Amino acid sequence: MLAAILSLTVLGAILGLVLGIAGRLLAVATNPIVDELEALLPGTNCGQCGFPGCSGAAAAIADGSAAPTCCPPGGKAVAAALAEKLGLSLDLSGMADDGPKLAVIAEDLCIGCCRCIKSCPTDAILGAPKQIHNVLKEACTGCAACVDHCPTEAVLMQPVPVTLQHWVMPKPMAA
Amino acid sequence: MGLMEKFFGLSWGIHPEDHKRPAADAATRTMPVPERLYVSLSQHLGAPARPAVLVGQKVRKGDKLADPQGAVSAAIHAPTSGTVAAIGEIPAPHPSGLPVLAITLDSDGKDEWTELEGCTDPFALEPAEISRRVAAAGVVGLGGATFPSALKLSLSQKSKVSTLIMNGGECEPYLSCDDRLMRDAAADIVDGIRLMLHATGATEALVGIEDNKPEAIAAMTEAARPYAEVSVRPVPARYPMGSEKQLILVLTGKEIPADGRPGDVGVVVHNVGTARAVHEAIRHGRPLVSRLVTVNGACVAQPGNIFVPVGTLVEEVLAFAGGLQGAPARLIMGGPMMGMSLPHARVPVVKGTSGILALDAAQVAERAQEPCIRCASCVRACPIGLLPLEMARHIQASDLKGAVGVGLKDCIACGCCAYVCPSQIPLVQYFAHAKGEMAAQDRAKLRAEATKKMAQARSDRLEREAREKAEMAARRKAERAAAAAATAATAPTPSSTAVAEGAQA
Amino acid sequence: MSELVLLLISTALVNNVVLIKFLGLCPAMGVSKSMDSALGMGMATTFVLTLASAASWSLEHWLLVPMELQFLRILTFILVIASVVQFTEMFIKKASPGLYQSLGIYLPLITTNCAVLGVALLNVQQGYGFFWSVAYGFGSALGFTLVLMIFAGLRERIALARVPGAFTGAPIAFVTISLLALAFMGFSGLNV
Repeated sequence: MLAAILSLTVLGAILGLVLGIAGRLLAVATNPIVDELEALLPGTNCGQCGFPGCSGAAAAIADGSAAPTCCPPGGKAVAAALAEKLGLSLDLSGMADDGPKLAVIAEDLCIGCCRCIKSCPTDAILGAPKQIHNVLKEACTGCAACVDHCPTEAVLMQPVPVTLQHWVMPKPMAA
Repeated sequence: MGLMEKFFGLSWGIHPEDHKRPAADAATRTMPVPERLYVSLSQHLGAPARPAVLVGQKVRKGDKLADPQGAVSAAIHAPTSGTVAAIGEIPAPHPSGLPVLAITLDSDGKDEWTELEGCTDPFALEPAEISRRVAAAGVVGLGGATFPSALKLSLSQKSKVSTLIMNGGECEPYLSCDDRLMRDAAADIVDGIRLMLHATGATEALVGIEDNKPEAIAAMTEAARPYAEVSVRPVPARYPMGSEKQLILVLTGKEIPADGRPGDVGVVVHNVGTARAVHEAIRHGRPLVSRLVTVNGACVAQPGNIFVPVGTLVEEVLAFAGGLQGAPARLIMGGPMMGMSLPHARVPVVKGTSGILALDAAQVAERAQEPCIRCASCVRACPIGLLPLEMARHIQASDLKGAVGVGLKDCIACGCCAYVCPSQIPLVQYFAHAKGEMAAQDRAKLRAEATKKMAQARSDRLEREAREKAEMAARRKAERAAAAAATAATAPTPSSTAVAEGAQA
Repeated sequence: MSELVLLLISTALVNNVVLIKFLGLCPAMGVSKSMDSALGMGMATTFVLTLASAASWSLEHWLLVPMELQFLRILTFILVIASVVQFTEMFIKKASPGLYQSLGIYLPLITTNCAVLGVALLNVQQGYGFFWSVAYGFGSALGFTLVLMIFAGLRERIALARVPGAFTGAPIAFVTISLLALAFMGFSGLNV
């Protein structure tokens, strides 16, 4: 009885000590996965995820407090890349993704207040006070940050038009 | 080529019924210029051309309509004389039926050439000058890929190719425009070949012609006789012999590495039609404004080869060829293997249009698709040595990475696999879909990088503005302080200020 | 020498850990979606099993038998094997980050899973000497790796196949692994 208790205690103590010392001696600085995650995010700091910019979202995703699906402008593609980096299996079917979008300004509603210009993270909106604004298609990332800033609801999100350069042959149906 | 191929013939590819005659034997016709031409601005590989004319402007045949834009692009010229009626979108000659920007030209019926700058002694010109003139004439590869020829010439001069291979394979069934051109204009083609040799610095030209075109081989051999550097080499008729990689392998025995280009093995390939276009551009200064198009298929009343101005509607070409007999089951631009299925006939002919096929139901021979039985017929047919069935399985499961792992990027989309498939699986559509998806992913990646740069530029700008504001405020403060100090210094004594204040009060 | 070969064949094929003894089914189902991770898992298990065999033999013969504490076998084995594996993981992480990336991430998964503990216990019951114990552990682990690789290869192909809706995912995997187990039953006809 005593032998059993003693031997187990001693064994446990020795192993615990060895592991404790090893933990100190062999400590490795963990690699900053946050940076890698941030590199995958769009980098516009549009704030739609509810975190302060893309680095905040990356930190939240890394420590598990946010889902990889939290980036609306990134869509399914970014969510899948984040999940792969974290080794998570992800059900993307529930994620709303109706394709990339572009902001368009309705010219009859725009009053030229310049508020949307200030909110654009990529400087994609052109305009001056009391002049109708316009969106540069090439620079718009479809983050929708400008939509809420418009006092006349003149900013609309529209799907990116399909052109000859962007057309992809549809996948054939299986037999 | 390996020993096996020496003894047992080529193991890759397929040998479809060629259906080239009687269209190939019919005399070449020239189509009159239609009233209205629709000249697409995307007739070549690369960026669309930028319009250089205004609506309402009068142009003569051969005047430049659009300038090349970007590194890979080509100029576009007026196919006839007339007035620019519109610059806008028209249906593109493309299976999607999406619109493309085009210049609509109303013909004045005179078909009058602009002043042309020909050259009587082009071999005295610098090779770079030949490339420049070819570029100015808007010549693109007429085999179907429509890569700007001038760029290919100057690139091959830089990479010091030794062999120029002329592609007269024309392995696609039904098509015979290259065959016809070689029979009718062999001397022009040989002259074009010699010009291209001069422009690229290559020492020999091998003209590969499939052995099912004996008349073309005879005509070309005759035309090339005086020139030792140009030799005509009959090659076995086998699809896809007209593919760059296959033709190089058969003619030189050199195999192009997986992600390499012909230039890597010291070879450059041009189409025989391109050689004629180069001859026209250099000798006569004529830009590429019309081309020989094969009109064929069971629904065409008078099949044959027709010189068609670029921008003519397919509808009008078919009408010139005697009209349609019955509704075609499928309308194809290009060959039946690699061509594009057209949604309708109101699309214009472009520089890369080698053929217009109106096939009936028997020729299309469409059957219901069945499951893969893993017979590996596609593996045997694949000229590159890939596993089409495995690639299709990966793509079916949306596993693009897996498909790339089994060689998707090396696929030349020749369609041999789909042709031999006993289950009628549209393999080549799967590959086209996957390649499109991959291109979309690459674009998204580029876009993400551009976005990052723009976001960075914005934050830099905000920072700079804040700094400038702070500096400005500091400067103003300093100025105010200096001004205050100055007034304090100029003010003689406190008492006098008090007096002044008192006076004011 | 021939005895060693016979021992390896009998442990790896005839008495396969996964398919005959039904030990270590959780990693066999969980980490067999791709050949890459199956190989990593297999190598990690091989390493741990060999180490565990050596550790358990030493523990049995130098501590438990002299002190007549065989009833503490399971308890002490778990303690020692888990500690050894933990230590190894830390060491690999420090010494070779590359190896850690491909192999080390699987180590915490198998700190005394049923295969590791089961083989250690069976091993001791056989009453082998030290060298043979280690060979027994190594052979079992080879069998584990083999099955994992075969199964992962099958699953990679099944992932591309069109499986009836009700069978997609785990069900078809269970059907496959049971067929695989039937196939391995054939090895019991080997007279070794």
